[in-house]
Amino acid sequence: MKAPNFDYVRAGSVQQAIDELVARGDSAQILAGGQSLMAMLNLRLSTPSCLIDIAGVPGLREIEQVGKTVRIGAMVTHAQLQQSALIADQVPLLAQTVPHVAHLAIRNSGTIGGSLALADPAAEYPAVAVALQANILLQGPRGARSVAADAFFEGFYRTARQPDEILVGVEFPIAPAGRRVHFDELSRRRGDYAMVGLAAALDFDGARITAARLAYLAAGERPVLARQAMAALVGTSADDKAIQAAQQALDADLDPPGDLQADPATKKHLARVLLGRCIQQLRQAT
Amino acid sequence: MNAPNLTPVVAEDNRVAKPADTAATTRYIGQSVPRSGARKLLQGRGAYLDDIRVPRLGHVVFVRSPHAHARIVSLNLDAARKQPGIIAAVDGRALAEYCTPWIGVLGHLKGIKSAEQHAIAIDRACWQGEAVAAIVAETRRQAEDALDHVQVEWDVLPAVTDMRASLAGEQVIHPQLGDNICFHRELVTEGFDEAFASADLVLEKTYDFARHTGVTNEPRAILADYNPAEHSITVYHATQAPNMMQDIFSRHLGIPESSVRVVCKDVGGSFGIKVHVYADEMATAALSVMLRRPVKFIADRMESFLTDIHAREHTAKVRIACTKDGDILGFDLDDLTGIGPYSVYPRTSGIEGNQVVNLTGGPYKHKQYRANLDVVFTNKNVTCQYRAVGHPIAVALTEGIVDEAARALKMDPAEFRRRNLIADDAYPYTFPSGLKFEKLSHHQCLDKLLAAMDYDGLRAEQAQLREKGIHRGIGLAAMIEVTNPSPAFYGVGGARISAQDGATIRLDPAGMINVLVSVTEQGQGTEAVFTQIAATAVGVGVDKVRVVTGDTAITPYGGGTWASRGAGIGGEAVLQAGKALKSNILDIAAAILSQDKATLDVRNDQVVDRATGEHKMPLSELGRVAYFRPDTLPMNFQSELTVTRHYTPREYGFTFTNGIQASLVEVDLDTGFVKLLKHWCVEDCGTVINPMLVDEQIRGGIVQGIGAALFEECVYDESGQLQNGTMADYLVPMSAEMPDIEVGHVETPTRTSELGAKGAGEAGTAGAPAAIMNAINDALAPFGANVAAQPFTPQRILRALGKV
Amino acid sequence: MSETRIKTCVTVNGQSVEREIPARQHLVDFLREDLGLTGSHLGCEHGVCGACQVMVDGQVVRGCLTLAAQTDGRRVDTVEGLSDNGELAALQQAFLEHNAFQCGYCSSGMLLTALHIVRNHPQADRDEIRDLISGNYCRCTGYHAIVDAIETVLRGAGSALAQAKHNGGSR
Repeated sequence: MKAPNFDYVRAGSVQQAIDELVARGDSAQILAGGQSLMAMLNLRLSTPSCLIDIAGVPGLREIEQVGKTVRIGAMVTHAQLQQSALIADQVPLLAQTVPHVAHLAIRNSGTIGGSLALADPAAEYPAVAVALQANILLQGPRGARSVAADAFFEGFYRTARQPDEILVGVEFPIAPAGRRVHFDELSRRRGDYAMVGLAAALDFDGARITAARLAYLAAGERPVLARQAMAALVGTSADDKAIQAAQQALDADLDPPGDLQADPATKKHLARVLLGRCIQQLRQAT
Repeated sequence: MNAPNLTPVVAEDNRVAKPADTAATTRYIGQSVPRSGARKLLQGRGAYLDDIRVPRLGHVVFVRSPHAHARIVSLNLDAARKQPGIIAAVDGRALAEYCTPWIGVLGHLKGIKSAEQHAIAIDRACWQGEAVAAIVAETRRQAEDALDHVQVEWDVLPAVTDMRASLAGEQVIHPQLGDNICFHRELVTEGFDEAFASADLVLEKTYDFARHTGVTNEPRAILADYNPAEHSITVYHATQAPNMMQDIFSRHLGIPESSVRVVCKDVGGSFGIKVHVYADEMATAALSVMLRRPVKFIADRMESFLTDIHAREHTAKVRIACTKDGDILGFDLDDLTGIGPYSVYPRTSGIEGNQVVNLTGGPYKHKQYRANLDVVFTNKNVTCQYRAVGHPIAVALTEGIVDEAARALKMDPAEFRRRNLIADDAYPYTFPSGLKFEKLSHHQCLDKLLAAMDYDGLRAEQAQLREKGIHRGIGLAAMIEVTNPSPAFYGVGGARISAQDGATIRLDPAGMINVLVSVTEQGQGTEAVFTQIAATAVGVGVDKVRVVTGDTAITPYGGGTWASRGAGIGGEAVLQAGKALKSNILDIAAAILSQDKATLDVRNDQVVDRATGEHKMPLSELGRVAYFRPDTLPMNFQSELTVTRHYTPREYGFTFTNGIQASLVEVDLDTGFVKLLKHWCVEDCGTVINPMLVDEQIRGGIVQGIGAALFEECVYDESGQLQNGTMADYLVPMSAEMPDIEVGHVETPTRTSELGAKGAGEAGTAGAPAAIMNAINDALAPFGANVAAQPFTPQRILRALGKV
Repeated sequence: MSETRIKTCVTVNGQSVEREIPARQHLVDFLREDLGLTGSHLGCEHGVCGACQVMVDGQVVRGCLTLAAQTDGRRVDTVEGLSDNGELAALQQAFLEHNAFQCGYCSSGMLLTALHIVRNHPQADRDEIRDLISGNYCRCTGYHAIVDAIETVLRGAGSALAQAKHNGGSR
């Protein structure tokens, strides 16, 4: 299982990386942490003509507050996210999520930019980005742009990023007062791809839910916003009746494909169970 | 055989024999001595096969069939040959001139049949992953690059993937064989029909077992180095049975047996996976002969999933007949198992099913038994013996239906077993399938287990927690285990597989002991065990002993490692050789000291006065005299400081051990997830030489069994395509889901050897799946739900509960 | 196209190494084949088993998922180097005493994870230890003894020898 040959460029700046992408065309790929890309190369599932290594590009490893958002550079590793006080305080849903990502050694090398750009349907961060209405930051030959998470994840390993664009960061809005968040996923073993997972953000006014965002992972080709379930929760106090209504509404929201671990009926059942446990957890929290 | 005269010293609490202590005592049997000889493995300084560097080495990759069953219409290697770094590209026909084919059958499995298999397939591929050509290059990556340039045209044929369909035989894989039945066996005891007809209770259940595989951490590895000047070959091979491979390379490559040298380096786990003959490994050796240079093959992980032997694909219907008081009258078994398209050579793929027939019902004292076995070919990967061969199936069937019977009769499962386990004083005992038990300790083990786990306490707690909606289950699994096999296992069938082993022990001039043994090491601690036995037998400290295994040019001829035979058989050879060496040492000492041999002994590296313990001379001094100053010894005296002894078990076909396991689980009824809270095992493997090593073998074996019960499955689709050939999709047990495992021992030494040691390597794997299954079903019982198909995935549990 | 090669300067076990290497060569193949450091092993080559683990700039990483070229300008420490400088001594002694290894193939990777635990999670209990080593595959031991060994080092218990080495080797 040795990787096929490819050209290799160490980019010194975002502009240089973009220039290389433009020059080399569609089969050039960005190398960030490499935790997904290298596995695909070793398995010969991918045969890029060139890898553009952006590890040496300055300015992509910061976590900083910018106004009412927290901006995270694309090359920030999972381990850095886990250790960041800023993330723990201001984007707690993301902090809750990181321990679920793979294993220790992967978290030391893998990056949030790499994960968002790959858009694996079972990945955690895309669902968190959708739940929190994050903005994905791209740069390319036509300039810089920002794409809302809802619009960014288009399908199975497909995003709004053009082949000549680079994902340089992501901005998460700082949580408003009254927000409660919860992340959980069900996987066969610690660190495995999720059978189904849920990134939930509920806004409370006193005991009443004023807004709800429920983003499922591993339940479709991209993160699925469970709009009917969300609607069933808004205006309620997350009592048992509301939870049941939301769980029933989930049937209309989710149409998951089956995989080796679970067929669609099982995934839907597990999604309902996750929802119930998540909301029960959140109505306790303050 | 004489009764053992070595009293086992069982160290209950002493986990570690510290360096300072070893000088004070030289009796190591029963002590948890750390494996100092393995320290290098903790520094990354072992030498596994892929660590070897050899000049002019070629690396081979194989062109593997993407189809489960297909005829090769055309195969063009011309373009591949021209790629950078390519040394050769070879097809099956060309290689057949260097390696003769084989058929995996043995005489004692009556009627077993299989088709001829070549080192590289010619004309037809019969499973996805079967090799149809070989590419040898200067580096592995160049060889893999060249694969893209191989042109193959396939005529895809229908694939037989369902066991029942295979048995029905509409599609016959090897037309010349007439049907797809590799092996069929039936047996029935006299009185069976009557017993089942008149029983108060007859229960029936079907159990399904998914095929799974070993997933050794180090993949299969072989480096063959042919010397054309000598017509000899050295094969570095991660194999458990180097002498067996020596014989096979010799016969199939046409090289005299004594010109074949098989060397085992450090092996990164085997568990039976590395005891079989693999076509691609034979091809590697043949390529070395053809190309007249060394060639290496290391299976990568995808190749491992596609071509390492799989095992344990069974669907088995079992019936139990009982009286209303709970006495088991008999078992009835119908077992169907699907192997690959060939029976694996030389041990055959019929043995696993044969063991299921032999062992079902094992611990119990019923008299009636009927069994029907069909072993059928399929177009999936080949299968063969994998740790605990057949036992996990037999134990799961038996212990599963026993629990069903207990439930039906409203008896506690522990009490039901107590009532039916063969009594500890009922031996020797002949079992309905024909097995003979020397002496087992089922009841002692059951008592010890129930006490260790506080069975009554756990039952009370279970009831309390059920009120709170927490559902725990307790599962028991009693078992017997085949160890220390005689030639009854393979030799009688015509296989050139040795059931005896030898040890050559030598006192070196500086006073150290060197031991060469024909049993091999794959990490279980064989070499440590032999170190302890040799040190004890001769009278030296463990630090004075060096053990060498795994080199057919150096070590005695023997069987190697399989069927939990290393400690019991190899250990006995080491013991006898050590005792004989000690006797020879004392002969020399008597000559040097002009004293009666009977007044002397060897203790703590010294020749001493037997009665007083007074030091007479260090062994290093005796060595000096014997080797360098024999002129000072009496005229007719010849020193003999190298002794070889061999040992083979004779009295019993197999030396059985027994044990009992328990699992405590908590089932999440909403998700179907099973949390393993704790696991216990009380086992009796006879004399325990190193309790720490035995505990680790048991624990590792249990976790392997848990893998089969909850996680592991080689998933094939209908067309014979493997769906989960990576470690992301094939789920092996990792630490976070595994419980702590408490191990207890009972010791019933075998009287067939002086050492009294039986085997311990496979018992954990034999009993764990049954214990897990019974625990899950115990948790689900209040809901009338039950699972009987391994692995017991969350989806299966949810379906059983009617939630999905 | 012919194989792409790239100049890479990396410090391995304290020694500076400068080579022109195939861009596609992963770090473990570079260590094993070019530098003869065979202590890191290949079990899967897709980042799941952990047998390949090494340290890059003091962090445990999967060597099979790291291009050797990516270590340009960085520091790599392998099990051999960390054995020679004593960093692993206490853990190695504990592994020996608890028989926390059998075939040894997973051990180099497992020891590096264990070192990370000792350095960063000194209060970890058994469940946390199991969680932290959950990315290292062991087929032989069943993990129980490995947890015992790591727990022993964390609690500072064990033989006097282990204690002395632990104190002497820490930096």
